[in-house]
Amino acid sequence: MSALTSHLRKYTAAPVCHDIQINGQLVGLHDSGVLWWPDEATLIVADLHLEKGSSFARRGIMLPPYDTATTLEKLAAVMDAFDPARVICLGDSFHDADGSDRLPAPYRAMLTTLQLNREWIWVTGNHDPVAPVRLCGETVDEIQIGPLTFRHEPVEQIGATAALGEVCGHLHPAARVRRFGRSIRRACFVTDGSRLVLPAFGALTGGLNVTHEAFSMIFKRRKYSVFMLGNDRLFPFTATRLVGD
Amino acid sequence: MDAALLPNRFQNWFSSRGWSPRTHQLQLVECLRRGQSTLLIAPTGAGKTLAGFLPSLVELDDRGKRKPGQAGGIHTLYISPLKALAVDIARNLEAPVTEMGLPFRIETRTGDTPSHKRQRQKTNPPDILLTTPEQIALLLSDPASEKLFSSLKTVILDELHALVTSKRGDLLALGLARLRQLAPEMRTIGLSATVAEPDDLRAYLVGQPLDGTRALSSLVEVKGGAEPDISILESEERLPWSGHSCRYAMGDIYQLIKQHSVSLLFVNTRSQAEAVFQELWRINEDTLPIALHHGSLDVGQRRKVEAAMASGQLRAVVATSSLDMGIDWGDIDLVINIGAPKGASRLAQRIGRANHRMDEPSKAVLIPANRFEVLECQAALAASKKGDQDTPPLRKGALDVLAQHLLGLACADPLAPAQAFDEIRASETYRWLEWETFEKVLDFVATGGYALKSYEQYAKLRKGKDGLWRIAHPKIAQQYRLNVGTIVEAPMLKVRLVKSKAAGRRTPIGRGGRVLGEIEEYFIEQLAPGDTFIFGGEVLRFEGLRENEAYVSRAQTDNPMIPSYMGGKFPLSTYLAESVRAMLAAPDTWKALPGQVRDWLEIQQDKSVLPSRDGLLVETFPRSNKHYLICYPFEGRLAHQTLGMLLTKRLERMGAQPMGFVANDYALAIWGLGDLSLLFSSGKIPLQELFDQDILGDDLDAWLAESSLMKRTFRNCAVIAGLIERRHPGQEKSGRQVTVSTDLIYDVLRSHEPDHILLQATWNDAAEGLLDISRLGDLLARIRGRITHTALEHVSPLAVPVLLEIGKEPVYGEAMDSLLEEAASELLLEAME
Repeated sequence: MSALTSHLRKYTAAPVCHDIQINGQLVGLHDSGVLWWPDEATLIVADLHLEKGSSFARRGIMLPPYDTATTLEKLAAVMDAFDPARVICLGDSFHDADGSDRLPAPYRAMLTTLQLNREWIWVTGNHDPVAPVRLCGETVDEIQIGPLTFRHEPVEQIGATAALGEVCGHLHPAARVRRFGRSIRRACFVTDGSRLVLPAFGALTGGLNVTHEAFSMIFKRRKYSVFMLGNDRLFPFTATRLVGD
Repeated sequence: MDAALLPNRFQNWFSSRGWSPRTHQLQLVECLRRGQSTLLIAPTGAGKTLAGFLPSLVELDDRGKRKPGQAGGIHTLYISPLKALAVDIARNLEAPVTEMGLPFRIETRTGDTPSHKRQRQKTNPPDILLTTPEQIALLLSDPASEKLFSSLKTVILDELHALVTSKRGDLLALGLARLRQLAPEMRTIGLSATVAEPDDLRAYLVGQPLDGTRALSSLVEVKGGAEPDISILESEERLPWSGHSCRYAMGDIYQLIKQHSVSLLFVNTRSQAEAVFQELWRINEDTLPIALHHGSLDVGQRRKVEAAMASGQLRAVVATSSLDMGIDWGDIDLVINIGAPKGASRLAQRIGRANHRMDEPSKAVLIPANRFEVLECQAALAASKKGDQDTPPLRKGALDVLAQHLLGLACADPLAPAQAFDEIRASETYRWLEWETFEKVLDFVATGGYALKSYEQYAKLRKGKDGLWRIAHPKIAQQYRLNVGTIVEAPMLKVRLVKSKAAGRRTPIGRGGRVLGEIEEYFIEQLAPGDTFIFGGEVLRFEGLRENEAYVSRAQTDNPMIPSYMGGKFPLSTYLAESVRAMLAAPDTWKALPGQVRDWLEIQQDKSVLPSRDGLLVETFPRSNKHYLICYPFEGRLAHQTLGMLLTKRLERMGAQPMGFVANDYALAIWGLGDLSLLFSSGKIPLQELFDQDILGDDLDAWLAESSLMKRTFRNCAVIAGLIERRHPGQEKSGRQVTVSTDLIYDVLRSHEPDHILLQATWNDAAEGLLDISRLGDLLARIRGRITHTALEHVSPLAVPVLLEIGKEPVYGEAMDSLLEEAASELLLEAME
C-alpha cells in the first residue's frame, strides 16, 4: 500500500481547487479529475470503470488486473483529502453490468470502507445500467440537487433547459495543445459555464479529444474551455487553442 | 565440380541457352544430396536464386510426376522477406520449369492469396510453395500441419542476412524449429549477401545440440566479382554544414543521370526521397523520366514504377530501402547513394543493385549531404576497398515473438511444455532460453502471466490432466490467426486529396477524392490545418483530419512550410563510427578529403582540439546568454538522444540548470543557464562522474517511466505477444485506438508488476532498438578516464553542424508541464492585451 500512503501525503494539505461557476453554483475542479461542491460537501467522480481488466480478460484479452486497485487507491486518497459528506459516482462506475459482482473481496471491503458514514449515490451509465450488487448506496438514473443535475450522458442539445446545470461524464474528454512542434494530450474538464463534463477517473480509461464531433452536440464550436490535468495543478485553455488528434 | 551431377534434361537446358552451370550451383546440389544444410554467400548477379532451387528441381525431376490420388505434402518451401519477391521468383522459375517440362506444381502463398486457394493448398499442396515467414507461422498453427509438412525435404531462405535482423527472423527461427520436428529429413539452404559473421547464419540454418556446442551448416562462398567502382562526388558547390537534403548537389546529380542510361538513387528516409525527387524535377529541363518509389506510396503507384523500371522506360528512380532487396530491376548502370551510407555492408548491398552481371564492375557515386557525412563516405569507401563488413550480430530471440509462437503451437496440437522447450532451444536464436523464462512466457499466454493470479477462470490455454496445454476455445485459434506476424506498423493515416478549403467556402470538407498514400500519424500530429508539406512529390496543404484520413489539397506553392526530414532511420554503424573517429584523430589521412572539409578540420585543430580515437571530447562555451556543452561520441542519433535525456536529468540534479538538447549522428549539444565551463573546470561537477556508467541505472529508470519511445516499444510488444488484438474479426482496430490503451496499460503494469515478462520484452527491444542503450553502455565504458574537456570562448568549427540542427530537429528535455505552463501563460498575455 505504499502507493496509497504516498497519495495520502500528497493530499493531506487542504486540497486546492480551481473554482468555477456552473449554472451559478461555485464548484471546484481538482487536478485528480474529481469535482468538489463545497456548499453541499459533495464529491463527484465520473467513469471509474472498475473491473475493466477482468471484463477484457473474459474475452481473452488479458489486461493487467491492477486497474481496480489503482483506481480505488487514487479514490481513497482523494476522499481522505476532501472528507465529503456525499459522493456521487457519475455512471460507468463498473465496466460492465457484472462488474460489481466480480469485484474481488479485498476491493469490496475497501470500497465499503470508503462508503462508511457517507451518503453514496450511484448514477447508472451505459456500461452499468443496473444497481451494483452487494454494495451500499442509492442507485438513480439521474439526480437533481439545487441548480445542478447529475447524469451520466449529456443531453445532446445545446442550450436546452435540461443542459442548464448539467454535470456529466461518459465522454472521457481529453485535449491536445501544440507547442514547438510537440503536442501534449491530457484528460480534462470541459465546460461552457452552463454544463460541465468530467474527465474519466478510472485507471485504464482512455480519452476522447474534445474536438471530436461528439462534443459538438453539446458545446457550441469553440465556445468552451478545458482544464487539462497536470501534476498538482490544472491548465486552462480556451477551445480555440486546442488541436485535434 | 562436374555438370554431370545434373540430369540430362538440365544439362541440355543450360547448353540450349549457351550457359553452363556455375560451380557454386553444382556445389549446392552436391551438399544437399549429402543431406547437408548449406549457406550460400554470393554477390548479386551470381545466380543465387537458381542455385537455391536447383537441388529441389533435380530431386523432384527424379521423383517424377505425382500419381493422381497419391497423397503428398510440400517438398520445398521457399521463404522470402518480401511477398513481392515470392511472386517475382515464381515468375522467374516458370521459364526453366516449363522449358524443361518438369513435372510438378509451383505456387505462391502470401497475404494476398485468395482464401479458397489457401484452403486448397492445405488439402492438395503444391510441390514447391513460395511464401513468407508469417504464412509459415499460420500453416504451422493448423492441425493439418503435420500432414502438410511431413514429407518436406528442403527449405530455401532467401535474403537471409536481411531476415535474421528482425523479429520476423525470430518468428522464422521458431517455425524452422517446429518444421525440424515435423520433417526430420528437412535440410535448409540459406541465400545471403556477404556478412560480417557467416557462422551466425550457418548456426541459424541448423538445429542446435542441447549440450552447448554449436552446430554449423555447410558453407559455399562465391567471392565478389569485379571490384565496384565507387567515388565520392566532388562538387564545385559549397558543402553544407548540416542538413540532409543534398540540395547543393542536385545539378551534379542531374548531370550524372544524364550521362548514364538508368540510375538508381538511394536515400535513407521517405521524406528525403520526396525532397530529392522534387528538386530533380525542378531542374529537369530535358524532362527525363524520373520516378519515385517508397513504402508509403499507394501500392498501385509502386507497381507502376516497378513495371516501368523493369521494361526500361525510366532513366532514374529515387528510392528508399523499399527497393533495397532482391528484385531484379533490369539494367541499372549507376547507383547514386544520397546522404551518408550509415553502414559499409548496407552500402555494398545497395551498390550491388547496379549491373546485375557479377563480372562487370558496379558503378556508384556517394553524395555526402554535409561535412561530417564526407568523413563517413570516406570511411565507407575504405571499407569497401578492404571488403570489410559491418552487418549486425545475430539477435537474441524476442520474448513477445515466443509468446505468439507458443499460442500457435497450442492451436495446432496439445502442447507438451518440456518437449516444446527443447524444440525451441534447438534454434540458434533461442538457445539462451531458460526454463524459468519459458514457463513465464507460457503463463503469460495462458492467463496474462500476472503475479495476481486472478484470471485463471478466463485462461486461453488450460493444462489437462495429461500435462498437455490446450486452447480453451476454438475462438482462441481464430484470434491467433488474426494477430499473427511481427510487423506492427506505426499508426498510419491515409492521405486523401480534396478541394481546398482556402477558396473561402466554410463548408465542411467535401467527400474524399483520390488516396495518395499513407503517412505516419506522428507527422500529421504536428501539423495545423493550412500547413504545407511534401508528399508523393507534390507540395500539399493539410486541410484537416477525419477519422483515419488526413485530408489534403494541392498547395499553390513550391516551398513547403514544414521541413519534413525526420532523421536517419538507420543508426551509424559502430564500424563506420570507429573509422570516422580514427580519421579525425589522424590529420595525415586528410589528404583524401575535399579542401573545404580539410580546412574545417584544420581550424578545429587550431581553435579547439580534435576528438581522439577512443576518448570523448567535451567542449563548453557561452553563447547568447546560455552555456553550451557539445560532445562527440559518434554513436548514432538514437544513442545520443538517450544520452541527452540522461545527461540533462543529471545536470539538473547537479544544479547546472539545463534547458534542452539536440542530437545528430555524430554529436550531442546540451544548453542551459549554468556556467558549464566553470562548473566543470572548478571540479564542482566532475566530468567523469557526469559520464559515469551508473547513469544507466536510476536516471534511466526514472526517464523510462515517461518515455514515449518506451511506450511505443511496449505497444509493439503487446501486439506481437497477443496481449491486445491487432484487429477484431470484421473490424480493423485503428492504430490510434491501440496507442491510447497501451500507454495506460504500460503505466499500470510498470507501477504494479515491473518484472512482468512483457516489460522484460520491451526492455530488451529498447536496449537494442529505439534507445540503443547497449551501444550507449559500450560508449560509457570506452571513454572512462579518457574524457577531454576544453573550455572555449566561442563555438568551435566542429560544433557548428549540431547547433544548426536546433530549430530543425525536435528539441528535447523540457518537461511537459512547463511546456503547458508556457502555452497557458501566453494565453494569459493574449487575454490581458
